[in-house]
Amino acid sequence: MHKVYHRIEQIAGNVIMVRAEGVASGELAQVVGTLGVSLAQVIRLERDKVSLQVFAGSRGISTDGQVRFLGHKMDVSFTEALLGRVFDGSGQPRDNGPALDENRIAIGGPSVNPAKRIIPRKMVRTGIPMIDIFNSLVESQKLPIFAAAGEPYNELLARIALQAEVDIIILGGMGLKHDDYLQFRDTLEENGALSRSILFVHTAADPTVECQMVPDISLAVAEQFALQNKRVLVLLTDMTSFADALKEIAITMEQIPSNRGYPGDLYSQLASRYEKAVDFEGAGSITILAVTTMPGDDVTHPVPDNTGYITEGQFYLRNGRIEPFGSLSRLKQQVNGKTRDDHRAVMTTMIQLYASYKETLEKQSMGFRMSAWDNKLLIYGERFEKEMMDLTVNISLESALDLGWRIMADCFEPEETGVSSKLIEQFWPAKAGTAGKETPDEAAADETQAAEKAE
Amino acid sequence: MSENVGTIVGVSGNLVTVHFDKPVTQGEVGFVRTGEIALKAEVIRIRSDNAELQVFEDTTGVKVGDPVDFTDNLLTVELGPGLLAQVYDGLQNPLPELAEKTGFFLQRGMYLKALDREKQWDYTPVARQGDEVTAGDTLGTVPEGIFAHRIMVPFGLTGSYTVAETTEAGSYTVDQMVAKLRDEQGTITEVTMVQTWPVKVPIKAYAERLRPTEPLVTKVRIIDTFFPVARGGVYCIPGPFGAGKTVLQQITSKHADVDIVVLTACGERAGEVVETLREFPELTDPRTGKSLMERTLIICNTSSMPVAAREASVYTGVTICEYYRQMGLNVLLLADSTSRWAQALREMSGRLEEIPGEEAFPAYLESVIAAFYERGGVVKLRDGGLGSVTIGGTVSPAGGNFDEPVTQATLKVVGAFHGLNRERSDARRYPALHPLDSWSKYPGVVDTTQVAEARSVLHRGNEVDQMMKVVGEEGTSIEDFVLYLKSEYLDASYLQQDSFHDIDGATHAERQQYVFAKVNDILAAKVFFPDKDSARKWFLQLTSVTKDWNRVAMDTEEFKQLEQRLDSMLAEVSEHA
Ligand SMILES: Nc1ncnc2c1ncn2[C@@H]1O[C@H](COP(=O)(O)OP(=O)(O)O)[C@@H](O)[C@H]1O
Ligand SMILES: [Mg+2]
Repeated sequence: MHKVYHRIEQIAGNVIMVRAEGVASGELAQVVGTLGVSLAQVIRLERDKVSLQVFAGSRGISTDGQVRFLGHKMDVSFTEALLGRVFDGSGQPRDNGPALDENRIAIGGPSVNPAKRIIPRKMVRTGIPMIDIFNSLVESQKLPIFAAAGEPYNELLARIALQAEVDIIILGGMGLKHDDYLQFRDTLEENGALSRSILFVHTAADPTVECQMVPDISLAVAEQFALQNKRVLVLLTDMTSFADALKEIAITMEQIPSNRGYPGDLYSQLASRYEKAVDFEGAGSITILAVTTMPGDDVTHPVPDNTGYITEGQFYLRNGRIEPFGSLSRLKQQVNGKTRDDHRAVMTTMIQLYASYKETLEKQSMGFRMSAWDNKLLIYGERFEKEMMDLTVNISLESALDLGWRIMADCFEPEETGVSSKLIEQFWPAKAGTAGKETPDEAAADETQAAEKAE
Repeated sequence: MSENVGTIVGVSGNLVTVHFDKPVTQGEVGFVRTGEIALKAEVIRIRSDNAELQVFEDTTGVKVGDPVDFTDNLLTVELGPGLLAQVYDGLQNPLPELAEKTGFFLQRGMYLKALDREKQWDYTPVARQGDEVTAGDTLGTVPEGIFAHRIMVPFGLTGSYTVAETTEAGSYTVDQMVAKLRDEQGTITEVTMVQTWPVKVPIKAYAERLRPTEPLVTKVRIIDTFFPVARGGVYCIPGPFGAGKTVLQQITSKHADVDIVVLTACGERAGEVVETLREFPELTDPRTGKSLMERTLIICNTSSMPVAAREASVYTGVTICEYYRQMGLNVLLLADSTSRWAQALREMSGRLEEIPGEEAFPAYLESVIAAFYERGGVVKLRDGGLGSVTIGGTVSPAGGNFDEPVTQATLKVVGAFHGLNRERSDARRYPALHPLDSWSKYPGVVDTTQVAEARSVLHRGNEVDQMMKVVGEEGTSIEDFVLYLKSEYLDASYLQQDSFHDIDGATHAERQQYVFAKVNDILAAKVFFPDKDSARKWFLQLTSVTKDWNRVAMDTEEFKQLEQRLDSMLAEVSEHA
């Protein structure tokens, strides 16, 4: 029923050109080359000239290769049978399971009507104080981890995924090292989470064009589950590989680059994926945690830069720790006013003090004399890094807030912190001997500690 | 209707090339018919018998040979009662109504009327039979929320008209005739409550444009006191991501002392609009006691919505502002972010293969930005009343570097620059306007000599701070050190403001005058300390008391007590003590 074309007039990069009639923009085709059959997608029409992007790359395609148009756009099968399975970027099985063909849904679908979104309000607890206190993660948030190559970003991603209370985890891997992919799969399996996970994995060895499909395919499936009332967490790593795939195709198509070779629509391309994160009115939600590696550890590089303008904050991972500066959860206000009365005050004050500590460190490194205040800050900063920032710390938000007060009280006088008098009265831990205003247990613990110190 | 149908000959992203036979106008709207649907598009270039159109929707499925219906109309908006409290997309489709029709997702090719066709409005005629009128004159009014919405002679009518007939006072829908006008040739034009206007053409049915001189109070201290905005002025907020551009616009939209706020969410996050959309109906406007939504209108073309409609969205917004200005109202347009619109221009320019300028932006970027901001202004209407459109646009510079084309082009045409700064937002010094780099040419709410003194403290304090980084605290004299502490005090207790606090978050003009005078006294006072540590300690405490002071209402006992506390603290360290 679909006509087959045999004359490929141009092959450049991963783009081929044939002359054909009645072809639709965005339509899929099957291309047969000497290395096998690949899908391809129509990306430009000019009278009867049809340009197609070949998913498996153009290597092995000859001028008399076969092109058969399929009459529909890129789609994926959506069924419960996806759970526990691993696929590649074009939706073909990567594990030894069967290919799925029922209930095909289009990928890259339209945007959610803003009128059908609700204000996100559920905190996702991670047990990581740098997130829970300082930059709370919220259901339906889109948030990348900014990191230089070599940082343990995938470990952090996996840890949050396992600790978060979600129904379904979808991993979209782009340019992953094969080992990293296996590590992800094994971690999910060991923690009993594989059966509620779906993996779409493009590895560094796979064709570039497939890398481009990973976010769309992952998010299309996520969207369907969310419409069925599921809370879905989508992990996308590494979005810089995705952007590089876009760059490659833009250059092949001779588009004028806007910045360091990236196409002018990089922002819109990234946004149309990240904006799939949503809390539906009357259905489920999609939360997106991504990784954006920063080439040269440079946050002004076009990929992290454009990402930062799109996502609802970012976590900076540096030297294996989440940096308080630059890290940001834009949705934290939605949730941190409802956790505990002191949450916001602890958050703001501890960071301001940590900023002062950094200034003091600078002064110290220049050999200046340390004032009494500087010395206080030095003690504070070290404790903050060791007891709050270290990623091995795994405690509840409430314990982390208590710990925050204790660190501050050990280092400063109440008025030196700038916390409002009302909160000081309520939360400032009692010094040895006086009655505490916290819960009796903690106050007792405090006293014992103080007593120990006194000895 | 004369049919003018063209044929698609090329598709590249959302740019289509169309072959035509009958005349086609630059800027004309066309509909690309593909299968069952028709996609709205706009002519952006014509070359011999081919027109290039940017399609305001995803073009997947469009084929060579598909027909295109040219409409002979430019891109327009509908103007009439019922615009307020609406939430539109960039092409003025009401989003809640779209949701009723298409559910969770936006469906392409679905266009709805902007104004409610069923609703009845209580019309009171103003013009009498026989009156001479011209475009923009009031024919009658209908109550729209808290305003008397003027039904005006359509702006597109040129020359002078005589009112031939007016309807009785009563209830009418927007499509019913309210007046008949006769021109000099005797031709009759029927007028309803709705008129359409091309978005890219400014509405100029007023007597004259005036210089913006009245401050527009935003209740943000650092703005009103240091970098004020004027009614009818234009200003910009550039800043790297996360520096607080959107939050600043959100709080401005809540507190600004204007009649109407039009929010244009242009190519940024949907979630941010949802906050406004869901919260504003619940919030009361302290000026009117009514819901804040009644004075608000949202144009929402967020980042995953069609790119080409981003440009339309800012023009749709400003046209609606100009319409309400004609009623003698003060209107504020907040656009977040103008860079996304500029990027949309860049995408299209790239597809057209135009010769690129800096960072691949088109060469005409500067003139497009200038023409947009020129649409702000205070005007004197022909009835002697005043109206204003104030425009505040955020700019999202790549890499946070202000040396880029959009920021630079914008800085050339605005009257105030609120530069947000990464170091300040990292240090949680919100609102993160840079107090030394920002500027404004508009008059503020506070005595200018006091502001000049405070600014000098900031400058000198900053110099001491820079010097201390080289010579250390020990190499700094106590006088200089105190100067530095004073500038830090001014920063922490006045420039910084807790935007999410009921009272601190919105400081009205009288309070700014009162508090700023007190802060100024403190800055001017000669204070003495035995050593630097005690100076620092005293200032920290003073800051903490002042912050408490900022958090209590002005008419309370507590306010007085805290003020006395400040006075007595000051007395303790002053030379008289
Ligand atoms: N005035 C403010 N007070 C407190 N927090 C703020 C303020 N402005 C910004 N923030 C914080 O910074 C985050 C980013 O602000 P936002 O306005 O979204 O930045 P931008 O629009 O410049 O990218 C907010 O989510 C909030 O946490
Ligand atoms: Mg913003």
